[in-house]
Amino acid sequence: MNRAEREAAVRRIMDRTVPSVPPELYGEAVRRGGRMLRRRRAARCLMWLLLIAASVAFLVWALTVQPWVEPPSDTTPPLTDW
Amino acid sequence: MRQRQAAQGARRAREFEAFVAGAAGRLLHAATLLTAEAPRDNPRARRLLTLALAHTYAHWDGLRGEDPYDRAREYLATRFARGVWHRYGGFGRARRHPAGPLARLTPQERLILVLRLYEGVAEEQAAALLGLPVERVRSICDRATATLLHPPRDPAPAVSGARVAPS
Repeated sequence: MNRAEREAAVRRIMDRTVPSVPPELYGEAVRRGGRMLRRRRAARCLMWLLLIAASVAFLVWALTVQPWVEPPSDTTPPLTDW
Repeated sequence: MRQRQAAQGARRAREFEAFVAGAAGRLLHAATLLTAEAPRDNPRARRLLTLALAHTYAHWDGLRGEDPYDRAREYLATRFARGVWHRYGGFGRARRHPAGPLARLTPQERLILVLRLYEGVAEEQAAALLGLPVERVRSICDRATATLLHPPRDPAPAVSGARVAPS
């Protein structure tokens, strides 16, 4: 019995019993899949909101603190009268 | 935005229904062979198929021309492989439902046999899917074929379980 014959025999064994598809399977799959989709959409929405909130907070902080402006020096005495 | 989403949802539902009508029978047969349950009483196979179809439905818009059947089959196989790891920790428990035609084989042998011979997946693809070397897939497939065609007289579950456990 060569390889092809053996594989054909195994295929025949596997094809012998065919289960019938229950009718509620489609609805259940759509319900679960839709829930997964909604959750993923909500997670993406939340992520965007967080990103926008973080960038707005950073912008407000930067405009009020202005960290790029050199702070006024208070160690050197003012240069007067030379 | 909302209208576009609704139109997309309707299209997805229509296409998915056609896909399920065409593919569910074959996938359920494959799942029943994997779980080695009787064709009339296959709760695990149904659950596996429901999860695979739900996964396919959720990723329907991101398929981009990929075959949804391939995607569902891939998820079914990997989910079964992962589930086996959790569920069949004890020896000999896999033979609780000795009803299906592949009940004599171990879960890994069933998985490879179904992928290779029932679904006709190439050896390289099956090996990549399961994370095994190609030679190992071939040898497991040969061993499973031999076990199925020439069943041992007195199958001892403890011995076969111990032989399979380290893999």
